[in-house]
Amino acid sequence: MSRKPAKGPLEYARSWPLRLWVGAVLLFLYLPLASLILFSFNDSRRTIRWEGFTFDWYGRMMDDAALIDAFTNSLTIAAISTLFSVVLGAMTAIALWRFRFPAKSLFDGAVTLPIVVPEICMGVAMLVFFGQVMPWPRDLVWPLDLGAIIIAHITFSFPFVAVVVRARLTSFNREMEEAARDLGASELRALVDVLLPHIRPALVAGALLAFTLSLDDFVITFFTAGPNTVTFPVKIYSMVRFSVTPEVNAASTVLMAITVILTVIGMKLQGREIAQQGH
Amino acid sequence: MTGKSLIRFENVSKRFGSFIAVDDVSLDIGEGEFFTLLGPSGCGKTTLLRMLAGLETPTEGRILIDGVDVTDVPPNRRPVNMVFQSYAVFPHLSVADNVAYGLKIDKVAKAERDERVAEALRLVKLEDFAARKPDQLSGGQRQRVALARALVKRPRVLLLDEPLSALDAKLREAMRGELAAIQDAVGVTFVMVTHDQDEALAMASRCALMNRGQLQQVAAPGDLYEYPANRFVADFIGTINMVEGTLGLDEPDQAAVTSEALDCPVWVNHGVTGAPGTPVWVGIRPEKIAMTPIDQPRPAGPEEMPAANVTQGVIVRSAYLGASTLYEVEIATGIVLKVAQANGDRDAGQGLPAGSSVWLSWAPKAPVVLLG
Amino acid sequence: MVGPMNGDWRRERLAFLSVITAPAAWIVLFFVIPLGVIWAYSFGRTLNLTEVAVTGTLDNYARVLDPVYLMIFAKSLVFAGVTTAICLLVGFPYALVMTFATPRGKIWLLLGIMLPFWTNLLVRTYALMAVMRTEGWINDAVGLVGLGPFEMLHTNFAVIVGLVYVHLPFIVLPLYSTLDRLDRSLLEASLDLGAGHIRTILQVVVPIARPGILSAVMLCFIPALGSYLTPDLLGGPDSQMIASVIERQFKRANDWPFGAALSFMLMYLTLAAMAVRALQDRRKGAIA
Repeated sequence: MSRKPAKGPLEYARSWPLRLWVGAVLLFLYLPLASLILFSFNDSRRTIRWEGFTFDWYGRMMDDAALIDAFTNSLTIAAISTLFSVVLGAMTAIALWRFRFPAKSLFDGAVTLPIVVPEICMGVAMLVFFGQVMPWPRDLVWPLDLGAIIIAHITFSFPFVAVVVRARLTSFNREMEEAARDLGASELRALVDVLLPHIRPALVAGALLAFTLSLDDFVITFFTAGPNTVTFPVKIYSMVRFSVTPEVNAASTVLMAITVILTVIGMKLQGREIAQQGH
Repeated sequence: MTGKSLIRFENVSKRFGSFIAVDDVSLDIGEGEFFTLLGPSGCGKTTLLRMLAGLETPTEGRILIDGVDVTDVPPNRRPVNMVFQSYAVFPHLSVADNVAYGLKIDKVAKAERDERVAEALRLVKLEDFAARKPDQLSGGQRQRVALARALVKRPRVLLLDEPLSALDAKLREAMRGELAAIQDAVGVTFVMVTHDQDEALAMASRCALMNRGQLQQVAAPGDLYEYPANRFVADFIGTINMVEGTLGLDEPDQAAVTSEALDCPVWVNHGVTGAPGTPVWVGIRPEKIAMTPIDQPRPAGPEEMPAANVTQGVIVRSAYLGASTLYEVEIATGIVLKVAQANGDRDAGQGLPAGSSVWLSWAPKAPVVLLG
Repeated sequence: MVGPMNGDWRRERLAFLSVITAPAAWIVLFFVIPLGVIWAYSFGRTLNLTEVAVTGTLDNYARVLDPVYLMIFAKSLVFAGVTTAICLLVGFPYALVMTFATPRGKIWLLLGIMLPFWTNLLVRTYALMAVMRTEGWINDAVGLVGLGPFEMLHTNFAVIVGLVYVHLPFIVLPLYSTLDRLDRSLLEASLDLGAGHIRTILQVVVPIARPGILSAVMLCFIPALGSYLTPDLLGGPDSQMIASVIERQFKRANDWPFGAALSFMLMYLTLAAMAVRALQDRRKGAIA
C-alpha cells in the first residue's frame, strides 16, 4: 500500500500557494533583468521591439573609449579599496574583539555609523571634505587622481568587513591560541598560525563584499568624483539620463555578468574554506 | 495489552529520502495505558510518536485512533496533544495564556476556560505561577506548563517526547513518580518516548523496544528484562553476559546448551524451539550469578545435570556501585563474566579482592536461551 | 598576550596600538571630520560660491520647517513606510519558504534573492525603467488586451515599485535568519494544540520573531528613506524625496549650509529609527 509522497504539516516549501508566491517574487526580481539582457542583443535602435540578434552593441561599447575608461577606473578603485578595507576591517574587528580600552563604545559607534548613515549624507560630506578641507590635487597621474574616490570607498567598505570578521571571531576558540603559545609559538606567531587561518573565510567574504560595494556605489562616487574621474556607474547614469541606447543594455549586461561570476566564486570559495576549516 | 485498542499502527513505514526511519511497524496501544517507546537514538521512536501527533506523515501504512483513520488528518484536528522535548512553551505568553492557548482555539467560553486552566495548573502544582512569563521559570516548571497546556485540552492520548531528558537527576526521579500520579488522576492514555531504559521500565505499563526502525519487542517491563525476545533486547536492557553455544537436549520445559566459551554446560528450565545442534545464544544477568570463595564447597548443580551451571574463575576487577558491587571474573576459557553482588551490609562492599579464586553458579531459572 | 578574552589594552599596549591606530585614524580623518564639517556648515551661511561662514545661526534649520520641505520629509517617510510594508508582505512568505526548504532549496532561494542584491543598483533601476516605459513591454502586454497604455514611468507608483524592487532583499535576508533560528517545536506545539497555519503564524511566529522582524523592517526602512537614485530616475517632478533636495542644494542651488541642515535632519531621522530599535532590545533585555 504505497502512498504519494506525503507532506508534513510544516513543509511550507512544498505548499502550492507559497510556491506560486515565491515564483511570482522571483519573476518580479528577474524579469526586468532578463529583458535587459535580451534587448542588449536586439538589432534595433529602438529598445522595445525585438528585431533580430546582434552583437553590435557590445562592439560599440568596446569602441567607446570613455566607457572603457570608466570601467577601468571602477575596477581599479574596487581593487585598491578592497585591499585597504580588508586590512582596516580586520584590524578594527580584532581591536574590538580582543581589547578593553577607554572610549571603546565610541570607537565601536564611529565604525558602525558608516553602515547606517544615508549614502547621500556621506556623499555630501565627502564633497565638502575634498572640496574645502583636503582638496585632492587635480592633475595627478592615473590612478592617483582616483584617490579621493578610493578613500571614500574605503571609508564605507571597511566597516562592513569589520562586521563580517567580528562575527567570525566570536567562534574562535581562544584555547587554540593558548595551545600554540603553550607549544612554544611567540605571540605574533600564534596569531598568524592560528587566528588568521580561522578568520580567513571572513576575510574572503569581506573582500568580496567590499569589492561589490565599491563596484556598486553610485551616490557617494557621484559627489566625490571630479569631472575627469568618471566611474562605470556614474557613466551609465549620465547615459541613462541623457541618451538611452542599447549600448547601456550591453554595458549593464557585462557588469551583471561580472557580479554573477564574483558571487559564484565567492560562494564556492567560502564553501570550500568553511569545509576545510571543519566548522 | 489489556482493555480495548485505542491506537493502532498498521504496517506504518516512514522514509526520509533513502533513510528508513520507521520500518513496517504494527502496534496496538490500549485505553488508559502508560506506553513507552524505548530505543537507542535514531531508532525511529520519535518519528513514530510524531506520526501519531500528525507532525510527520507516514510513507506507508495507516494510523487509527479510536478506530478512525487519522493518517491524513492534520495535527490540529487530532485528539492527541504533545509535550515536546524542548517543552516548546510560548515565550511571549504567560503561564496561564500558554495553558489557555488551545482552549481559545477551541472557542471554550471564558468562564469555563478560566476554570479549566486553573484546574490544570493545580494538577501540575503551578497555581501560583499563572501570571509568570516562561523566562521566569525553571526547566522543571516549564515542563509542567507544557504538561498542563496539553492536558487541559483533555486529549484522548497524551504524547511525551523525552519529557525528562533535560532535567537533572534528582528532579527526573521525582517527576517519574509525579507523571505516574498525574496519569492516575486524569486517566488519559500516555505514550512516552525515551532512550533511558530505567525511565521506560519504571513508568510503563507496557514498553516497545525499537531498533533501526523496527519493533524488537512489545512487553511489560519485567518481561522485557527477564524474557527478551532476541539478542538486541537482551543486550539493550540492563547488563547481560552473552555466550554463543549449541543446543543439546531440548524438551518442552528444559534445555541444555554447551558452549565453547563456558567450561560447563548450561541447564535452563525453559524450552527452546530448535533441533539439537542449533546454534543459540545464552544470556545470564550479572545479579543472577552467585559467587562464593573457592575454599568453600563446590555449589551443587541442577539435579538433572549436576555438572551444569557451575564454574570457577579469578576476580580480575571490581567496581563498587553502592547498592551492589560488579565483579569481572575470568574463567578458565579466558572469557570474562560480569557478576553483581548485592551489598547487603556495610562490610559487604569491601568484597573479595582482585586475584581471589571463586566459584560461580546459577540456578536453572537464571539464564535465557535465544535463537540468533 | 595570553590574558582574559577582553584584554586590558595597557597589558598588551604594542599589540593594541598596532591594530587600533590605522582604523581609528582613518575613521576620524575621513568620516568624523567630514561629517563634523557638514554639521558645522549647517549652522552657517553662504558667503560666495565656495565659501561658508559658520556663524552659529539656526536659520537653516528654521527653513527645514518650511511646509514645502516638511512635505518632502513627510513624503519620504510615506514612501519608505509603504515600501517597507510591501516588502514585508511580499518577503515574509518567501523567507518562510526558504526556512522550511531542503538544504539545496535553501541555497537556490538564497541565490535567487542575493543575485539581484549584488547587481548594481543603477543597472537594476535602469532595467525597471525599460520595463515600465510607456513604450515598454508591460504596456505592450496590456495593450494586447485593449488596455492602456498607462503612464507608469515618472510617477509615484514607479518610485514605490522601484523602491520595493531594490529593497526586497534587505528584508528577506534578515527575516530568513530570524525565522531559521525559531524553535520549530513552537510551531508544532501550536498546531498540536489545534491552531491552523495562519493562526500559528500570526499568534506564535510573529510575536516570537518580533525583534527580528523589527530589525528587518529597519534594515529596509532606513536605506529606503535615504534613497536618491530610485526617485531620481523613476519618479516624476512630484515624487522627490529628501535626498534629491539635498543633492540640489549641493550640486545646483549651491546652498551648502541648508543642504547640510537637511542632511542632518535625515541623519537624525535615521538615528531615531535605530534608537527605537535599540530601545526595544533593551526592554526585552530587562525582562529576560
